[in-house]
Amino acid sequence: MDRIPILRMGNFLLVTIQVDLYDRLAQNLESDLVQMVSKTEAKGVLIDISALSIVDSFMGRIIGNIGSVSKIMDAETVVVGMQPAVAITLIELGLELKGVHTALNVERGMQLLKEKILVEDSEPDDE
Amino acid sequence: MQFEIAKTLQKKRKQVLEFWMQNQLKDESLREDLMSNDELRKESDELLNSLLDALTDNNIADIQSSDFDSLTEIISGISITRARQGFSPKETGNYIFSLREALLQTLHNDFKGDANDLLNATLQVVKLVDGLAAVTFDTFIKGREEVILRQTDEITEISTPVIRVWDGILALPIIGTLDSARTQVVMENLLVEIVNSGSSIAILDISGVPAVDSLVAQHLIKTVSATRLMGAECIISGIRPEIAQTVVHLGIDLSNIVTKATLASALRYAFTLLKLEVKKSTKSEAL
Repeated sequence: MDRIPILRMGNFLLVTIQVDLYDRLAQNLESDLVQMVSKTEAKGVLIDISALSIVDSFMGRIIGNIGSVSKIMDAETVVVGMQPAVAITLIELGLELKGVHTALNVERGMQLLKEKILVEDSEPDDE
Repeated sequence: MQFEIAKTLQKKRKQVLEFWMQNQLKDESLREDLMSNDELRKESDELLNSLLDALTDNNIADIQSSDFDSLTEIISGISITRARQGFSPKETGNYIFSLREALLQTLHNDFKGDANDLLNATLQVVKLVDGLAAVTFDTFIKGREEVILRQTDEITEISTPVIRVWDGILALPIIGTLDSARTQVVMENLLVEIVNSGSSIAILDISGVPAVDSLVAQHLIKTVSATRLMGAECIISGIRPEIAQTVVHLGIDLSNIVTKATLASALRYAFTLLKLEVKKSTKSEAL
């Protein structure tokens, strides 16, 4: 069965979605990703959806779910490279992806993740 | 034998045109500034010919008849041209109604028969011209509407510029009322420009928006959320006191959107986000 590869890069997990996501694939991605987060103790998840041109409410929810679940597992999620049409569709569907961060491209997304994790790491020292 | 309206009028074609021109020329609402008398005569002649050619005693009561198709076309053409040239509806209406007078005048001058026949003939002519007038108004309004539609399109086109005010900062001054269609255009332009320029901050300036109701606010919130999904921050600036009051009175929650009073303060805030500083130069000499 098709699976979307999840790459590990240091503390982070990288997912690039290069094919059209159908429902089953998306659900698999969600469970695989959660497994990987727990196995690798990753601190951040970066999902690149720049090749994704069609989303529906289900997809939107899956992305939101991934964000919320990772958050519980103590990992930040960043969705990068969303296309304008996709953003408009999600807003029209009423999905604001509250749990996830967003960035314009992979580079900015990485930077954002690093900042978030640095802040988290430094917080205990401040107390 | 019944009086033959169509034949009589066709024989008196010249006379009808003369009467009609006279009627038009003595009318106070004649617009010589928009159309010369020669042009007017040519136009009237063409219209009259088309009318009399198509007219028979059988179809006089039925303006919808296919015999009148070419006539309707000519009238529509005249009406639309007049709408564009800036004639008022009344002037265009008078143009057709003066034809009625001319037709009746000619009929009466030439009439042989009793009063009942005359009444019948008159009623028929009146009905015919009324039908023409209805067509005129229809197309006149259509012509005007086309003008309005075109202008609306143009306004939408020119009123949504996305300006790059700094590296990574876009500004989008919105002027005029925000409706769903415009929000869509604004949102698309903004998001596409964010991708193209790789900007991380967008400033929506709404000082040119005359009023904000709950629908407009909804549209603004949508735009801001969409920008966030793209990974950029969105600031709303230019909120006038009256608008701030309305927003609060309507119970619209803008608390998770950054709002600034002026474009300048929004820009300053954007600089802070980008960790930029603007300093006065200490050099005494300007470049």
